[in-house]
Amino acid sequence: MGATAPVVVAGAGQAGSWAVKTLRDEGYGGPLVLVGEEQHPPYERPPLSKQVLLGDDPPESTILLDHDMLGELDVEFRARTRITALDRERRILGLEDGSTLAYDRLMITTGARVRRLELPGAAEAPIMYLRTIEDSLAIARKAAKGVRCVVIGGGLIGLEAAAAVSELGCRVAVVEAGERLMARVVGPRTSAYFADLHRTRGIELVLGDSPVRLEQAGGSTRVILASGAGLDADLIVVGIGVVPNAEFAADAGLKVDNGLWVDECGRTEDPRIFAAGDVTAHHNPVLGRRVRLETWQNAQNQAIAAARTLAGSEHALSDIPWGWSNQFKVNLQILGVAGHWDDAVLRGDPQGGSFSLFYFDQGAMCGVDAINAPRDIAVARRLMSRNIPVDRTRLGDRAVPLKDLLKG
Amino acid sequence: MAGDGALEWHKVANKAEILNDEPLGVEVEEQFIGLYLVDGEIYAMDNVCSHEFAILTDGFMEDECIECPIHQALFDVRTGKARSAPAEVDLKTYPVRVEGEDVFVGLPAK
Repeated sequence: MGATAPVVVAGAGQAGSWAVKTLRDEGYGGPLVLVGEEQHPPYERPPLSKQVLLGDDPPESTILLDHDMLGELDVEFRARTRITALDRERRILGLEDGSTLAYDRLMITTGARVRRLELPGAAEAPIMYLRTIEDSLAIARKAAKGVRCVVIGGGLIGLEAAAAVSELGCRVAVVEAGERLMARVVGPRTSAYFADLHRTRGIELVLGDSPVRLEQAGGSTRVILASGAGLDADLIVVGIGVVPNAEFAADAGLKVDNGLWVDECGRTEDPRIFAAGDVTAHHNPVLGRRVRLETWQNAQNQAIAAARTLAGSEHALSDIPWGWSNQFKVNLQILGVAGHWDDAVLRGDPQGGSFSLFYFDQGAMCGVDAINAPRDIAVARRLMSRNIPVDRTRLGDRAVPLKDLLKG
Repeated sequence: MAGDGALEWHKVANKAEILNDEPLGVEVEEQFIGLYLVDGEIYAMDNVCSHEFAILTDGFMEDECIECPIHQALFDVRTGKARSAPAEVDLKTYPVRVEGEDVFVGLPAK
């Protein structure tokens, strides 16, 4: 026969969609197969905890590449197809139904799945997760006026879900194991601002506590916490993180440690295998270390970089990590990765509802939390990527246009 | 850009309202239009991002490009060209005429 095996893009989310699009943009004209576990063509997830959950946008609005567009790109799309094995020597993927799929080159964009709450009583409890279109619609169907909802996890997903179901009429409590909200991604002052926001909207926040078991009583569920307290729930939404879908890659001998390891161009150690998105841990040149990012931006830009590299024009990713959240119409944008910092500069007025916190580590700006201040992020990204020294007094003075700081 | 004969000119702003760093968003005939100043020239471009609904003039202007305030897509305001992901569709631009202090934008006649 002599037919060339296809480039297979394994995983049909945000990263997979940008991978197939970019491969065609870069002139790859050979056979191209996109494999997705879900029934839908590629869609983006950010609106699922926001506009779609609130009912403001229909789920179809999240579709990135519909069947027509996939046809125009000459992509063979295989939905409802789960990859279970990888044989790198024979260059074939094993699928759940027992069949195989040969590849010439492989792009792994399998993303991540929700971490499940493993607790006594969990199987009988009305637990919902938020990752897919179906998850979002299922929560929206249950979230009605007076429904008591307990959200487990005070991170981005948990808080977005809490805000949305509260707007849909639920009585909401959020349980967070840490001492403050979103501690993994924002500084303490931002956490405090959002804690106030949620409390003002009637949400009960339980910090520094975690569920130990779930009890059924009289048609509702009682969430028992480590402190001994209990919360009654008709609906439990769990947002306690995700797990990268990298097991089949690890089984095939590829390096996996909190994500499938790739370089800044999306290459694995196997020259025929590339990867992008939530499933990967990449070396980030801006941060100077390896990170696994779960952001929309990374899924998009890493997939573009990896697809260009696969197609022959090597392209390195050099983004400063960035993400956003919307809670009760408040827009939060986060630049950099919170971690080590020794100084924070406030610009703007938290009382007025628009401000930013700029974090510095040994004199260099390393991150920003911007609340209703998207332009601050735009300038900060340039200050950071261009290594421009920043006068912190001027930075904190709203009378000085932020853009002036770009002049150094 | 539309042909000359089919244009209707609308006064949309005073020249002084459009600054290098501060583009101006206006609404004309139920259309959102952004006005930009680049190298002393005023340009008019559709003001809604072609990726998702966002008002571009709320974004960040640098050189000839506006950056979407939501997802950071870049558009060349002189040509409407989408310069970076996630935007893939170019935006419409409109002819601009300046008479004294008054800025006019030419829209296709209805």
